[in-house]
Amino acid sequence: MKAYLTRRYLFSASHRLHNDKMSKEENRNTYGKCNNPHGHGHNYAVEVTVSGAVDERTGMICNLVDLDSFVEREILTRYDVENLNMLPEFETNVPTTENLCIQIFEILQRGFHPAHLEGVRLEETMLNSFEYAGGGEILK
Amino acid sequence: MIYLTRKAEFSASHYYHNPEFTPEENRRVFGKCNNPNGHGHNYTLEVTVKGEVDPRSGFVVDLKQLKEIMHREVLDAMDHRFLNKEVPEFFNRIPTTENLAISIWQRLATKLERAQLHRIRVYETPDLFVDFYGEE
Repeated sequence: MKAYLTRRYLFSASHRLHNDKMSKEENRNTYGKCNNPHGHGHNYAVEVTVSGAVDERTGMICNLVDLDSFVEREILTRYDVENLNMLPEFETNVPTTENLCIQIFEILQRGFHPAHLEGVRLEETMLNSFEYAGGGEILK
Repeated sequence: MIYLTRKAEFSASHYYHNPEFTPEENRRVFGKCNNPNGHGHNYTLEVTVKGEVDPRSGFVVDLKQLKEIMHREVLDAMDHRFLNKEVPEFFNRIPTTENLAISIWQRLATKLERAQLHRIRVYETPDLFVDFYGEE
């Protein structure tokens, strides 16, 4: 019997949206306040959804301890209280929340195998959120 | 494909009434919501758009533009309004949350430039919401 599990994690990070290939004016027009050279921060919330058959013995899709420890080690340690622009994945890639959401999905897809990764939902503020499911359509 | 959701809040009043129903029928179908003096809600609107990330900007949609469109097309028209009397599509259509979601979809769908509208979710209260994905 297939079921879905979503777990939510919090981290805080700073970023500056700026593309070296754009002129000063274009950067300002495209990114507005987010182009401030000193950067600014957010409290991000990330929701990881996995799916799988419910194991008859444990009653679980996967052990939450495994998911928590993976996310802690590979995602939260990497991004919490960091400046995203300093990280290699954002050296040439602008750290928009779209791109951060894709990065987090890819980290999970590469390394977390106890359950099937359905998608990642990333909240930048109370009002904005982004979802990525490897490029395919998300569940309604 | 990536999805972006932007939330907004607005407050409005409405009442439910179908002129083709008898007064008894209106009262029976719509209950307390049939009070002609109206009543209000704090609505939460979630607009979800989808598209590919622009490789230069890293954006799926210009969020500032999306906010402006939501303000212009929805909030300016509906916030602090009596929906039945002040919003044209509800002069002849009952402003249920279902119809509100459809109306907001129609107001936004043609106004978006880069990204495509995926879903309109309207919460009437924290316990009740409607999703609309356009005509299937």
